[in-house]
Amino acid sequence: MSGLEDLYREIILDHYRAPRNRGELPVPPAVKSEGFNPLCGDEVVLYLDVDDGVVTDLKIAGQGCSISQASTSMMSAAVKGKTIAEVRQLTRAFKALMSIHESKLEGEQDGSDLEDDLKGVRLGDLEALQGVVKFPVRIKCATLAWNTLIQGLDEAT
Amino acid sequence: MSSIDVARVKADFPILKRVVNGHPLVFLDSAASAQKPIQVLEAMDRLARESYANVHRGVYTIAEEASAKFEASRAAVARFIGAPSTREVIFLRNATEAINLVAYSWARSNLVEGDAIVLTEMEHHANVVPWLMLAEERGIELRWAPITSDFVLDLDGLDELLHNAKLLAVTASSNVLGTINDIPLLVQAAHAAGALVLVDACQSVPHLVTDITAWDADFVAFSAHKMLGPSGIGALWARSELLEAMPPFLGGGEMIRDVTKTGFTTNELPWKFEAGTPAITEAIGWHAAIDYLEDLGMDNVRAHEVSITDYALGALEANFEDRITIYGPRDPAARGSAVSFLLQEIHAHDVSQVLDEYGVCVRAGHHCAKPLMRVLGVPATSRASFYIYNDEDDVDALVSALKNAEKFFAI
Ligand SMILES: Cc1ncc(COP(=O)(O)O)c(C=O)c1O
Repeated sequence: MSGLEDLYREIILDHYRAPRNRGELPVPPAVKSEGFNPLCGDEVVLYLDVDDGVVTDLKIAGQGCSISQASTSMMSAAVKGKTIAEVRQLTRAFKALMSIHESKLEGEQDGSDLEDDLKGVRLGDLEALQGVVKFPVRIKCATLAWNTLIQGLDEAT
Repeated sequence: MSSIDVARVKADFPILKRVVNGHPLVFLDSAASAQKPIQVLEAMDRLARESYANVHRGVYTIAEEASAKFEASRAAVARFIGAPSTREVIFLRNATEAINLVAYSWARSNLVEGDAIVLTEMEHHANVVPWLMLAEERGIELRWAPITSDFVLDLDGLDELLHNAKLLAVTASSNVLGTINDIPLLVQAAHAAGALVLVDACQSVPHLVTDITAWDADFVAFSAHKMLGPSGIGALWARSELLEAMPPFLGGGEMIRDVTKTGFTTNELPWKFEAGTPAITEAIGWHAAIDYLEDLGMDNVRAHEVSITDYALGALEANFEDRITIYGPRDPAARGSAVSFLLQEIHAHDVSQVLDEYGVCVRAGHHCAKPLMRVLGVPATSRASFYIYNDEDDVDALVSALKNAEKFFAI
């Protein structure tokens, strides 16, 4: 069972069972962004309040597999209250964590850029999602929330 | 008690000896593609070692052998589906290509803006997207026959839907619901309305006795890989009058009688629609697959599937009660062996991920039937499908793995 327990760490299952920041925010002032993963049919809806360069509040809606929903919940907990610059850096670091496997397979990057992206960023609980990397088809489930977040931030700023 | 000696059948499938994640492989995804018995693998290997050459071209011994084997395969396919003539069996890449051939060659030379095509809500994308493409290009109207809450076609409004329609494109058996449609009845209604009928027989030819003459349909599409044969080959059967009148689909070698600098004339049927070097080795594998199924007897294949599906539906209901939703008819005699389900609120991909840990292969997702998934109101389902090499032990392995998935994701 080691492979499975690597994928579904306890903290991930906890976020899946009890997702944080579920709900909606009035639009406007909030910005709404939606992401979709055709493989699993995962759907992520984000409501972002950005004030003075800070993500002051965010709520999440949508449905999908445990990885996509847990990742969205964990993302919401990680970015709330952070500045946009911090959020963008965290996003890069998270996606670097997720792309290690893919870029190695595709021979795209030599790994040094990834280390740059990861350097000095504290991923905290998000590191629990690293096990997803061993299950390549599920990586998109984990990154969906972050891609949707960047989409929303681009719109909000 | 079974009409098939499953233990003996299993022994013919080398892949079923595999161990995955420490568990013997339990393959429950034959609706997507079936495994191949040693007889099929050996037939293809033997061709490559002894008689491989391009077909219909050489005058040397092995080319003649290869051509004869290739045409013998066509004869076997024709016999297997009850086709009156081998001229009507066109070898193509798969059912998808067969349906596209009808959409390009027949529909584009017979349908004009405002004409209507009737589809059903349970069609596979292969029998949806070619018609959407045509609709967009030509201004063709698509009408959708709905399904009932019992997961069968709603026939009440059928005559109205068929009124002035040019084609009914319908699956013989749903790859998601398992539902078996009454093709003779649908063909009768369509022909009465002046519409032709295309049958997507992907999920019926591998599992049921097929008698194309009794169907009385106009076009029938199916693939070898779902009936123990290799991928890369499938067939379109169509009435010869229709095929004679249709323009060729792809141009190239094999499909011509003569070519000059200014034009060409087409070859006779069925080669008129077989441009380029065909799937030679695969045709020989398909023949061996048909021999294998005929040795078992398609009546026995069907009886075995009814029995294993009955056992599976019963086991799922007994073990998961109201925690499982099964999308498809309950009566095993009225359905194929594809069983789609959702377990509690657990996402189908999470279920199949846990099942894989126990070596159990099921499908998760939309099964290339997104219009149907929207009708069912779910983004995805898990699907277990059974074939000749599955027995009650496989169902028990599924149930036990599902129990683990349930424990894992308990809210
Ligand atoms: C009902 C049905 N139609 C069409 C297809 C397409 O078959 P192929 O991919 O072999 O063309 C499938 C297979 O997935 C199917 O189940």
